Amino acid sequence: MTLPYRPHFLQQSLTPLKETPSQTAGPYVHIGLAPGDAGFQIYDTELGQDIAGPNAAGDRIRVEGRVFDGTGAPVRDVLIEVWQANAAGLYPHPETPVGADGGPESTENGFRGWGRVISDFESGSWSFDTIKPGRVAGRNGRPMAPHINLWIVARGINVGLNTRLYFADEPDANASDPVLNLIEQTDRRATLLAQPVSGTGSAQNPRVYQFDIHLQGPDETVFFDI
Amino acid sequence: MTRPKPTDYYARDRRWHPPAYAPDYKTSVSRSPRLPLLSLENTASEITGPTFGQNDIAVGDNDLLSNFARPGENPIGERILLHGRVLDENARPVPNTLVEIWQANASGRYRHKKDGYLGALDPNFGGCGRTLTDEQGAYAFRTIKPGAYPWRNGLNDWRPAHIHVSVFGHAFAQRLITQLYFEGDPLIARCPIVNTIPDPAAVQQLIARLDINETLPLDMIAYRFDIVLRGRRSTLFENRMEGN
Repeated sequence: MTLPYRPHFLQQSLTPLKETPSQTAGPYVHIGLAPGDAGFQIYDTELGQDIAGPNAAGDRIRVEGRVFDGTGAPVRDVLIEVWQANAAGLYPHPETPVGADGGPESTENGFRGWGRVISDFESGSWSFDTIKPGRVAGRNGRPMAPHINLWIVARGINVGLNTRLYFADEPDANASDPVLNLIEQTDRRATLLAQPVSGTGSAQNPRVYQFDIHLQGPDETVFFDI
Repeated sequence: MTRPKPTDYYARDRRWHPPAYAPDYKTSVSRSPRLPLLSLENTASEITGPTFGQNDIAVGDNDLLSNFARPGENPIGERILLHGRVLDENARPVPNTLVEIWQANASGRYRHKKDGYLGALDPNFGGCGRTLTDEQGAYAFRTIKPGAYPWRNGLNDWRPAHIHVSVFGHAFAQRLITQLYFEGDPLIARCPIVNTIPDPAAVQQLIARLDINETLPLDMIAYRFDIVLRGRRSTLFENRMEGN
């Protein structure tokens, strides 16, 4: 009988290395990852400031929000990283599968799909500009609803928190999304929905979504072990 | 062309990492989710991640001795070469991945507008650097050994000398931020942030070792710090005949 795959023991140690343990990013994460915001200029270019680039197709959007702690206070030293597909549902990565719509396999020149944002030190509010992602094929090819992957680090967070932002104005896609449907308590699915905000956008980004994240408490956002 | 089917990353061992709620580290109390994480099998959203190239960084971004210093001057402190490799759990090198570091200066003072510690700023030290690993997963920085600094947790809590490290890997699922400590520092055992990690063996993995053989005589002391990111399963046989 032929095994369907090479047994792991033929290639891999039975005593694999352990992943380096995580530690909090601490209060001064901006020095390393956003030094301009810490108050000094050191790099020619800071990374993560343009997620979609100028050539990306799709709807230009802005996402605005705050992160709240368990007392309801805004977290004013948070750093969030964004990872998303383009409007065709493709990630700019060598392993990206063909998009759910069978579209092209490469993303637009300059489309990074990744960015990092920090909160305002006084108000805790943050925002990022990008394009609305398309549907990405999930496991077994079943399409996922449009979503943006977020990774949240800050003082007091020992391991970065993974969550997803979905769009409240995609009710049909959301209703069939295989990840949202994993959330047993159906009311909690709403914690992952960014709400369209009417009439607040700019000429470049007419469409604005509000997405608040609650680290703890009655409105606690769903976080994933990915 | 048929792409090989992407394979899953090994599940993160959440008993090896610190728990979200670690009350001796006070800020974690109100910033830790109370409900369990929802386990999510890998999809394209987790198996992919941002890529970086030489165009993203400048030559010298990994030299903290010079990347903020005035011409002809040097920062004050113990000059160190910090180097190591980024590997995955299968001990394979992780090439071409972005490593970013940030740290206080020799006085334990951060160049950050929110840091009001008495320790003096060093006009020749910024405190951040970045580099890409090479084909063998190796990276290197030149910097100053940071000082300990006090923080408002317990009444007399001091962070051990540490350097913050951020690594991407090749997938969003591998994204990691951690801190490295220095061999022999007596503050390590006392630190509530270090002690969020339950397993002493895991703490040992965060301690950079004096690397006397890479130390440059009359110039700088070397420390070695290897970083391990999540590994992944073998590729399905029918999709990649050459195996791994």
